[in-house]
Amino acid sequence: MIPGSFDYHRPKSVQEALALLGKLGDDSRLLAGGHSLIPAMKLRLATPGNLIDLAGIADLKGIRADGNDVVIGAMTTQHDLMASELLANKIPIMRETSAQIADPQVRYVGTLGGNVSGGDPANDMPALMLCLNASFHVSGKGGERKLAARGFYQGLYTTAMQSGDMLTAVRIPAPPAGHGYAYEKLKRKIGDFATAAAAVVLTMKGGKVESCAIGLTNVADTPLFAEEAAKILTGSVLDAATVKRAVAAAEAITSPAEDARGPAAYRTKMAGVMLTRALARAKSRAAG
Amino acid sequence: MAKSHVTMKINGKTVEALVEPRTLLIHLLRDQLSLTGPHIGCETSHCGACTVDLDGKSVKSCTMFAVQADGADIVTIEGIANPDGTLHALQEGFRQMHGLQCGFCTPGMITRAYRLLQENKNPTEEEIRYGISGNLCRCTGYQNIVKAIQYAAAKLNGVAFQEAAE
Repeated sequence: MIPGSFDYHRPKSVQEALALLGKLGDDSRLLAGGHSLIPAMKLRLATPGNLIDLAGIADLKGIRADGNDVVIGAMTTQHDLMASELLANKIPIMRETSAQIADPQVRYVGTLGGNVSGGDPANDMPALMLCLNASFHVSGKGGERKLAARGFYQGLYTTAMQSGDMLTAVRIPAPPAGHGYAYEKLKRKIGDFATAAAAVVLTMKGGKVESCAIGLTNVADTPLFAEEAAKILTGSVLDAATVKRAVAAAEAITSPAEDARGPAAYRTKMAGVMLTRALARAKSRAAG
Repeated sequence: MAKSHVTMKINGKTVEALVEPRTLLIHLLRDQLSLTGPHIGCETSHCGACTVDLDGKSVKSCTMFAVQADGADIVTIEGIANPDGTLHALQEGFRQMHGLQCGFCTPGMITRAYRLLQENKNPTEEEIRYGISGNLCRCTGYQNIVKAIQYAAAKLNGVAFQEAAE
């Protein structure tokens, strides 16, 4: 499997990368870990004339605290996310999710930026970004701007990023200490994309849900933010009847494709099952 | 498209080559450098037979362009044996524990385990299975592959290997 021909560029800075992107236009693609793009190029589903490799830009790597937020460089790998003590302490659902992505070799190379910016609904991090209310630092022709993850995913492979834009970092507000969390993913085998998956972050107070956010993976053209379901759960003790109503509300916003992972109705049901399990596990981990 | 000049260290030796940007690392290794230890199994990032160690990471060399590896330090199965030519503990483990049947996945398995044991010197069986989950064995000989890695871990730690009761 030989990809089409292209010219290779390896800029040393974000400015240099943006200048190349501006000059080469739509005949160019940014190369991060390459584990979505290179397979697509081998199948000639993508045939860019130029690749702009971001691996040489040190500024795009690393994980740091900024007040209550954690800021993660776009080129930070899944392996780095799993190894980060800062994330393990502040946003442990990141490690739990990374650990369920692909396999060790892919995680050494695959990046957070590549995972969240391609608009592929099968990726795991986008639903988590919705759940955590992350925002994306994007640089482009008009300088740098911050885009909220909620609203970023517009359609299949379509995001709020414009031609000439580049994701530089992901900013995530750390959930309150004592929060509960879970990422539940159904997959046929290691390395597979989700049949359906659910991300839950919640806080409890006096045995009741004080706040709750839910993201769903691979059950629509975009990752889903299940706002109505979370609203139903807030204030409840997560009793079976309320959970059932919330799960029904979450299932109602799905519209999965029928594929080798199963018929659409099955995948919708599995999204509900993943959400039910994620809620139970998040509750068991939450203080209060 | 102009060819690119790349320099990398492979198994301790500096190697230079001219490659098209679209040349995959596995094709540079096998076709230009005659390092045919890393295998092409699926060529779709699934099977791990092409795994090499690159700057301290296990990577699938079918899913990386050779130009991306410019300047890298690479170890392939050809570079795993001890400098005096004796078998590495992993190679010995695969031999002693019958960790291979057809042998096709073995270079990838050993190269992956080589990194795994540097990150986790005493992995549990579960950690080994998770650690090699990017490598497929079509003979389905995982049981003995796991034992081979346990054997190597014990040897590298200087303790006697004890096979778990079945």
